[in-house]
Amino acid sequence: MTRAPVLRSYAIIYLAFLYAPILILPLFAFNDSRIVAFPLQGFTTQWFAEMWSDQNLRTAVWNSLIIALSTATLATTLGVFAARSSVRYAWPGKTGIMGMIMLPLVLPEMIVAMALLVVLLSIGVQLSLLTVIMGHVLVCTPFAVAILTSAFQGLDKSLEEAALDLGETQWSTFRLIILPLVMPGIISSFLITFTISIDEFIMANFLGSGTPILSVYIFGQFRFPARVPSMLALGTILVVVSVLLLVLAEFFRRRGIARTGAKDTGGFL
Amino acid sequence: MNNKSTMIEFRDVQKYYGDYHALRGITASIRAGEFFSLLGPSGCGKTTLLRTIAGFEDISSGAVLIDGRDAASIPANQRPTNMVFQSYAIFPHLTVEENVGFGLRRERLAKEELGRRVGEALDMVGLGGYGKRAAHALSGGQRQRVALARALILKPKVLLLDEPLSALDKKMREQMQIELIKLQRQVGITFVLVTHDQEEALVMSDRIAVMFEGQIAQLDDPETLYRRPKTRQVAQFIGTMNFLPATILSDGAEGAEVEVAGLGRCHIPAAQAPSTASGQGASVGFRPETLTILYEGQTATDRETPGTVEEVVYYGDMTYYDVLLDGVATPVRLSMRNVPGRPVLDIKARTRVAWSADALVLFR
Repeated sequence: MTRAPVLRSYAIIYLAFLYAPILILPLFAFNDSRIVAFPLQGFTTQWFAEMWSDQNLRTAVWNSLIIALSTATLATTLGVFAARSSVRYAWPGKTGIMGMIMLPLVLPEMIVAMALLVVLLSIGVQLSLLTVIMGHVLVCTPFAVAILTSAFQGLDKSLEEAALDLGETQWSTFRLIILPLVMPGIISSFLITFTISIDEFIMANFLGSGTPILSVYIFGQFRFPARVPSMLALGTILVVVSVLLLVLAEFFRRRGIARTGAKDTGGFL
Repeated sequence: MNNKSTMIEFRDVQKYYGDYHALRGITASIRAGEFFSLLGPSGCGKTTLLRTIAGFEDISSGAVLIDGRDAASIPANQRPTNMVFQSYAIFPHLTVEENVGFGLRRERLAKEELGRRVGEALDMVGLGGYGKRAAHALSGGQRQRVALARALILKPKVLLLDEPLSALDKKMREQMQIELIKLQRQVGITFVLVTHDQEEALVMSDRIAVMFEGQIAQLDDPETLYRRPKTRQVAQFIGTMNFLPATILSDGAEGAEVEVAGLGRCHIPAAQAPSTASGQGASVGFRPETLTILYEGQTATDRETPGTVEEVVYYGDMTYYDVLLDGVATPVRLSMRNVPGRPVLDIKARTRVAWSADALVLFR
């Protein structure tokens, strides 16, 4: 009992340290002053208007959406193949190959980005959104594989055999039984890889070659003090969107569990 | 017995998993319309053998014939067999109705026809009115019934059951055993059951194949299997069997003359001596219920031997006694039905045990 107050204050300090800066974001985004400092000056929405009137920002948002949607789609698709194959089938060199798929999780991204840049330039590939997408898929696929592996592992093998036994083909079994049952995993993989891609900076900076991309754009804007309030407005929007995505992912995960009556093994929220 | 046609035939079926020899030359026939059980301890290959019928397991050599056709040429999804899985494999994202009607999807039936057949199948397993329920909300026994309805709706030639009752509690299991027998008589389909529960196999089957280590040790009807097991291993796996060492004095077509420890010299008819030489030396086996305790004033119809009660296990309807027969080192187990006027004996009590040479089985 005597240790409880210590642990409690530790927990409070920890949470404050983690979230207070993020709470500052909307505070100054609605503050009627170019200078980010207390005391607050009054309520305004001008920073949101100023932010949105910037043509570069809109291009960056558009580009980032293209990158993130493509990345999430590709990484999740690749993740489905890899996870399904590693869970269900035995093939030579599986451990090694799965290890290499997961390796980008721990490789320094900076090094990978540099290496990719050198290779791409030396074989004469024009840097574009496409090269950024390639980099992001590399970074995001391990996350997709990790999420989807647990989804496929939760699947009873005899469900597939039962469908086959009842006359379905391999493909219709996949479509009618496997896919619906791993759908919550696919959705959360999609949302998480999307989120990772949206705020990824290193690959976007190295492989984007000056194309306006949201993370790179924000980094650039911070050099101009006058632009900071509208970046805080942008940040506020991104935080809100991230939280919404997370809630959405959790909603689908729980609905999937409720629909199949499986045991809840803990999610994000 | 032989007027029924053969539904499934195994011809020297061999199966290797790498170095592991899972099926070691299975040759057997399953007749059309019979309730056939594959019985054995876990790892004996019974499930593997069942799965070769379903098409989920390839065989290394030999052949499996289903209704006269070599099964190797029929992919799993086109075989005239359906399976009830140990885990039931109910599709959790579908309703009971959708589960049961799943196999009919390819037949593209009109909605009314589909509904009618699903309804019939559900009625057959006693789940009428459950169609709209979510599959995952069902109890174990109900899942079992859904799995049965789902497999039977396609009117397969053979229904394969992979330990379908092992997940149910004792009461439910006994009830489902009876229901399955009735269902099998009603639909007339060949049932092949895999089980490790000897009692379940005895209760339900027309014939049982007892398997050990990838081989069929004995294939017979339940009564023959119980009364005249061919090996000690089969005898021990099915029910309880007492063994006493014996010496064969003469062995002929009419039977064998043997000297049995504690029982003396007796003649065992040839029908009670089905085994071939095992190399372990001869012994005589008998079931607990073939021995009877003689109370004061009772006389044996055949023979009697004195002994001492070592242990008493009271089961309510039955009492099991371990009795040390005079001149024998290890006690034998015998069972007595408890009826009024027949007191339960105490430990260390002296008693007389009646037995008959007709109930003895000789293992060579």
